[in-house]
Amino acid sequence: MTTPVGAGLDTTRTGTALTVSRLTAGHGLLTAVHPVDLHVAPGEVLALVGANGAGKTTLLRTIAGIHPARDGSVRLGDTDVTPLSAHRRARLGLALVPEGRRLFPELTVAENLAVAASSGRRGRWDVATVVAAFPQLRDLLSRPANRLSGGQQQAVAIGRALMTNPSVLMLDEVSLGLSPAAVDLVYASLTTLRTSGVTVVLVEQDLARALEFADRVVCMLEGRLVLEGTSGDLTRDQVTAAYFGLAGTRSIPAAGPPQEQP
Amino acid sequence: MTVVNSVLQGLTLGGLYALFACGLSLMFGVMRIINLAHGDLAVLGAFLVWWTTQQFGVNPFVALLVVVPLMFAVGYALQRTILQRCLAGGPYVPLLATFGLAIVLQNALLQTFSPDVRSLAPGIGGFATASWRLGSLSVPVLGVLVLAAAVAVLAGLQLFLRRTTLGLQMRATAQDADTAQLVGVDSRRVYALATAVAVATTALAGAFFGLRSTFDPSSGPAQLIFGFEAVVIGGFGSLWGTLAGGMVLGVAQALGALIDPQYALVAGHLVFLAVLASPRGGLLAMRTATA
Repeated sequence: MTTPVGAGLDTTRTGTALTVSRLTAGHGLLTAVHPVDLHVAPGEVLALVGANGAGKTTLLRTIAGIHPARDGSVRLGDTDVTPLSAHRRARLGLALVPEGRRLFPELTVAENLAVAASSGRRGRWDVATVVAAFPQLRDLLSRPANRLSGGQQQAVAIGRALMTNPSVLMLDEVSLGLSPAAVDLVYASLTTLRTSGVTVVLVEQDLARALEFADRVVCMLEGRLVLEGTSGDLTRDQVTAAYFGLAGTRSIPAAGPPQEQP
Repeated sequence: MTVVNSVLQGLTLGGLYALFACGLSLMFGVMRIINLAHGDLAVLGAFLVWWTTQQFGVNPFVALLVVVPLMFAVGYALQRTILQRCLAGGPYVPLLATFGLAIVLQNALLQTFSPDVRSLAPGIGGFATASWRLGSLSVPVLGVLVLAAAVAVLAGLQLFLRRTTLGLQMRATAQDADTAQLVGVDSRRVYALATAVAVATTALAGAFFGLRSTFDPSSGPAQLIFGFEAVVIGGFGSLWGTLAGGMVLGVAQALGALIDPQYALVAGHLVFLAVLASPRGGLLAMRTATA
């Protein structure tokens, strides 16, 4: 019924950067994430798609440790981070760019970046390399974050996550509420990021973007993963069907479906 | 001249209120906790200074060298043991917990030190009542020292929040604790250190209070009210606003006392109410310093 883990991946990649096993989470009486298994290979870009309320954000927040897990485990590389609090996971290299960007509004751009640098994990990312990756921030470093445009804020949010020098970078709805031009700019930066070898888990509402940018796509419906495949193998119609919970979404066909393209 | 003298008295009294208020402001700014035990912690600080002076025969300023670090530790432990658990329960649980803590502290002080009224003034001899004479003006030495201490503490806090890594983490945590955690900041540690700093400042405030006037185990709530009023008049979250708020409150009380001594407190409360009712709410209602 489900594809073997990591099917379709580049065989030169070994091990997993992020392993999620039987992870369950909820809000009160509601179970938002039914047992979910997810494996992400080092350097892979995985897109997580699904309708509003499918549990994508809760899944990412639970992996990051700011939402409590009811059951299951999260491994970062070879380390079981399940018992660790969110700040410890961040220090081990697990970063989340939260939905809505969540900058520290009254801190300047430079201070937003510096807070993340103060966590202590060192690596290739510092203010200079972040500014090189997001050139639009060069002249904004001393500006308070609440006086930036949406696109600029998203760049700071991603840059801030990079300052923790993550091995796995999770991005929640990076294009939400941004102008098409700003989205293009954010994705241009993300494309250059891919070359740095960071593993990316991306929640994206824009299916075309997700299929274009990611190596692999998983679709979430009502708290469960219902479709998984490499971007090349899946068509937009297949993903759309899974997205809305239409029939036949629990298997992953080897080839494209016989439906007519609109 | 009497009016000028009163204003001067009020300003130095305002320094004391600002000292009371800055810890209150810091805890509210960083954790959104309104610490109802703040005044009682200050009185605990005053009693600890008094006890140290009695036991070791040192003057109160020397005693502060021990009591301030001790209260810093008390604050750290208070956050880690009680308040951190309460924070998970929403905004009202810490309020209730600190209310309970206030009752516990008052009764523990009563039990330990008896209801007798004390003062720290004898420990510094004539210094407590000394004043400089400038023509017909009388400038109280201790009052100026309190004001200087308040300015130093507020400036130190401001520098700490602006210039240090921990200060930066504190401001970030104040604005969005979850997100601060996401970038590796240990919010529990930040909260504990903020409470530690706040409680350490209450020891200072309590000691100066004990030098200026008498205190007993039930003195805390009144000091909490004055500190709270100073914070509200100055605008929540602004450290310099807190100093201004303390001074406005102090001057209002001093001028009220000029009319009739029993109007002192009423005058202060009226200014507080006027500010609460004003549309801007707070002299410097800009949240620049702690929040």
